[in-house]
Amino acid sequence: MDFTDIFSTALTQALGPNAIVYALAAIGLNIHFGYTGLLNFGQAGFMAVGAYGLAVTVVVAGLPFGVGLVMAFAAPLLLAVLLGFPTLRLRADYLAIATIATAEILRLVFGSVEMKDYFGGSNGLTGYSSVYKDLNPYSEGIDWGIVRYSRDDLWSVTVGWVLVALGCLIVFALMRSPWGRVLRSIREDEDAVRSLGKNVFAYKMQALILGGMFGGLAGLFLALKQSSVVPSDYSTNITFYAYTALLLGGAARVLGPVVGAIIFWFLLSGLGSFFGQATSGVDPLIPSWIMDDTQSSLVRFIITGLALMLLMIYRPQGIFGDRREIAIDGR
Amino acid sequence: MDADSTGRAGLAGVPTDPGARKPDPLIVGDNISRAFGGLKAVDVEHLEIQRGVITALIGPNGAGKTTLFNLLTGFDTPDTGDWSFNGKPLSGVAAYKVARRGMVRTFQLTKVLSKLTVIENMRLGATGQRGERFWSAPFKSLWSSQEDEITRRADELLVRFKLDAKREDFAGSLSGGQRKLLEMARALMVDPELIMLDEPMAGVNPALKQSLLGHVQSLRDEGRTVLFVEHDMDMVRHISDWVIVMAQGQIVAEGTPASVMADQRVIDAYLGAHHDTDLSEMDEEAIMEEAMAEIEGTKE
Amino acid sequence: MASRLMALLALVAASLVAVLLPLAAHAGTTSPSPSPSSSPSAESSASPGASPSGDAGAPQPTIGPDETGINVLLTDSSNLDSEGNGTPIPDVGLTVTDESDQEVGEGVTDAEGRAIIAVPAKGTYTVTLDEATLPEGVELDSDTPSSVTVVARLDGPNNFGAFPIGVVAADTATFADKLAAALVSGVKFGLIVALAALGLSLIFGATGLTNFSHGELITLGGISAYVANRTFGLPVIVAGIVAVVVCAAFGWAQDRALWRPLRARGTGLIAMMIVSIGFGLFLRSLYQYFFSSSTKSLSQYTSQARESYGPIALADKELAIILIALVAIAAVCVALMRTRLGKAMRAVSDNPALAASSGMRVDGVISYAWILGTALSGLSGVLLAINSQVNFLMGFKLLLLVFAAVTLGGLGTIWGALFGSMVIGLMVEVGPLFGVPSSIKEVGALVVLILILLIRPQGILGRRERIG
Repeated sequence: MDFTDIFSTALTQALGPNAIVYALAAIGLNIHFGYTGLLNFGQAGFMAVGAYGLAVTVVVAGLPFGVGLVMAFAAPLLLAVLLGFPTLRLRADYLAIATIATAEILRLVFGSVEMKDYFGGSNGLTGYSSVYKDLNPYSEGIDWGIVRYSRDDLWSVTVGWVLVALGCLIVFALMRSPWGRVLRSIREDEDAVRSLGKNVFAYKMQALILGGMFGGLAGLFLALKQSSVVPSDYSTNITFYAYTALLLGGAARVLGPVVGAIIFWFLLSGLGSFFGQATSGVDPLIPSWIMDDTQSSLVRFIITGLALMLLMIYRPQGIFGDRREIAIDGR
Repeated sequence: MDADSTGRAGLAGVPTDPGARKPDPLIVGDNISRAFGGLKAVDVEHLEIQRGVITALIGPNGAGKTTLFNLLTGFDTPDTGDWSFNGKPLSGVAAYKVARRGMVRTFQLTKVLSKLTVIENMRLGATGQRGERFWSAPFKSLWSSQEDEITRRADELLVRFKLDAKREDFAGSLSGGQRKLLEMARALMVDPELIMLDEPMAGVNPALKQSLLGHVQSLRDEGRTVLFVEHDMDMVRHISDWVIVMAQGQIVAEGTPASVMADQRVIDAYLGAHHDTDLSEMDEEAIMEEAMAEIEGTKE
Repeated sequence: MASRLMALLALVAASLVAVLLPLAAHAGTTSPSPSPSSSPSAESSASPGASPSGDAGAPQPTIGPDETGINVLLTDSSNLDSEGNGTPIPDVGLTVTDESDQEVGEGVTDAEGRAIIAVPAKGTYTVTLDEATLPEGVELDSDTPSSVTVVARLDGPNNFGAFPIGVVAADTATFADKLAAALVSGVKFGLIVALAALGLSLIFGATGLTNFSHGELITLGGISAYVANRTFGLPVIVAGIVAVVVCAAFGWAQDRALWRPLRARGTGLIAMMIVSIGFGLFLRSLYQYFFSSSTKSLSQYTSQARESYGPIALADKELAIILIALVAIAAVCVALMRTRLGKAMRAVSDNPALAASSGMRVDGVISYAWILGTALSGLSGVLLAINSQVNFLMGFKLLLLVFAAVTLGGLGTIWGALFGSMVIGLMVEVGPLFGVPSSIKEVGALVVLILILLIRPQGILGRRERIG
């Protein structure tokens, strides 16, 4: 058992591109759920349209990369508007079902054989990221022992954390303002806010768009960092994992989703390589009749599920949160 | 408009009929109806609320008082009906626009925002905030001076409603009565012309009731119109200038508190069961009290 | 009350036996050739190139389990089934070699014509088909090579290779025939959804919980039946009964251990909903851990020839599924309308506070709702397993359709759930005839779900609530 290796794998992942994808997606969910109380279970859908917005524009339509970026922001905006008009008047659980269904529709359509010419079917789309890759100023990756990134990953990590920092800045500036106060009030009781002359629907729509665009940004970043857009990257589980990350770090806090994503990935890859090591080799630590190699990669998802349950029950304010001001009542 | 037709003075000559015309009405409504399934919750032929007075809306449970409130404030959509506020049509207008026009309500089950502090609750009430607009929100310099002004106004109101000691507490930690006060104070941040209170006395401890009565009267004295739904007959008798009685969705009687409480139709509406007792032998007020007790008993 | 409920469950179980028994006689005579098991589940793939069934919840590449696999689907495109998909070819040997021609794995196609072959890492592989193992009368099309190259870019069994075999036959079926077949499939699928929807509705009615782990209760039925059948060697019918009982017990246990304590703490509904998401994720991963991510068949009734009944053709097992579902649904409806427990459930669903204050043991009634609701969902999983196969995602993939069905009819109303399920079942199966791409036939149903929420959020049969 090589604990240094486990630790370094976990840390590399916790600060790596995957954690950035989740941090961005969870920042969006924090605006939706943490501040406004909107139960968006379709963040994967926003991510998908962001990613496909870029890929389809560049690969299928043959337009320049810059236009692709514009589309990657326009698509989630459009989705938020289309989704918001019918669903923002609904009860919280109906909104959850409508958004999860929308994300699923998008994933199925993007992956369908019939639309293969536009979205590349289940193999997805590739070949749009050369501009992004060419901008890479690094000549090689880094290996500091405890964290290791390839040249490509190093570039993505740089871009990604800048985006996350900008996102946190925007959320901070907005949420300390009276605008943010209206959102938090809507989360508490939207009828009260309405009775004070605020256009609740417009505020919810603004929150849905803003959070959705962070989702789109997460999808766009994912598309850039792995140079391919595949429909199975945008399954509902992504949304659930992003919620877990958000709740870990603490909803309705500016840095909550970022801290949460880092912890989530640290634990996920740490557990993954721990059980991976424990079950590999000639004489594994855990005998193979208890756990084989394939099963070892599943333990962390079992734990993720348990963690989400226990967090919601015992610490709905997150690991660092303040019990008095939480998005939802645990009790 | 001469002085005799405005405010309380104007009510002097008003006949005590359901749907009576008022000399200086703030709200005028016609044919307002709303049905839930087969049940007609509200079916009001004509309604006028005099400006600058305290009007009480009373009636047994299920009479349609809260539904009428919801309709007038845009929280529910009527099946039929038109009404105007200050001479401008207001039917079918969204709830938030109703509030902006100067007609603000409170709720039967108090709606304070429990995860916000008392002062934040108050600040939320102010209208026309630049910082509530998306594009100016991130830039504090654009709204900080207005925010200071709002805070000053909020603090004044908190002092007036004796909530200043609770300024930084989460609203969720307040008692039932304090919540009612906060809701009222917050509604005043909107600076409404008409304030509609849905059962302001429900769940308020007796010690606080007297001061609440005072606050409601002070609203009228500073020139606002008050419409309230209440089961507490003490309150109705002591502070209202005019009483409208609803039963089964309709307005069955109107008048001054004294005249309404003597009205046979009102007693009938409240007390189907007492039809055959000899009313002359009972003090009218006692009947009323008994009726109210009965209503209170069935309420929860 | 307990005895009544047990009687009710026994009734459901008895109907299961009664209808399945005549079938046992056919068990030995199942014909090996064209399997009628059209996929009624939310499975999105029957045609080559479609995304294979795993990806609804399969961990995505960036975070997925470390295993990588190649998913091969072998279909005979000269012999199309009622939905225009090629019929699967079972028992064909396949070998996988890597770029240096080293053999890294082999597999044999299952009844669905599918083989999932694990490979050591991502990369480019060649899948070669052993032509000698092709069944008689099936040959590779002249321009189909016997090997295909698959680029394994994804973790999980999502790397796809397809061998279209034979020439596409001229479409001879008339529209009326296709419509009849689709209607029957739709009714069958609708009934399976209805069982799960009824379960969801009962639990929602009693507790107000929008249960996102409901799909896993369906899967539990399928997996329990599989384990009882394959591991303990019970006949499928007995295994099905065992599975329903296991599910009922699990329903009771999860209420006792999880939901009742949460109710006692006063946990809000939104919080409980998120707990249910975690619970679903937990169960799903647990199933995958113990059951693996492959798709497996029960030991009996895997493929049966369809018999003609006038304009429609049905396999015996399909007939049995329809009848069992109908009997179970009818029994539950009658029980809810007639028995004391049923009335108590409806009372609690209507107004829990009032029910409690009139002396009802609300917790007890909720417990029964969980037992009955989970048992019904389990039965739905058992029928799904008999109809097609068992997979750890079978319920999760059905979840949204169940939600759609329940929302369509009106959350918490029994008749609404049934009505909604039939609409969803028919839409999914009949939709492809009217231009819905068959690889994404569930999309239509989900679009309807959103439209219903737009026009009438309380559902077709639901009521509006008063505010304030």
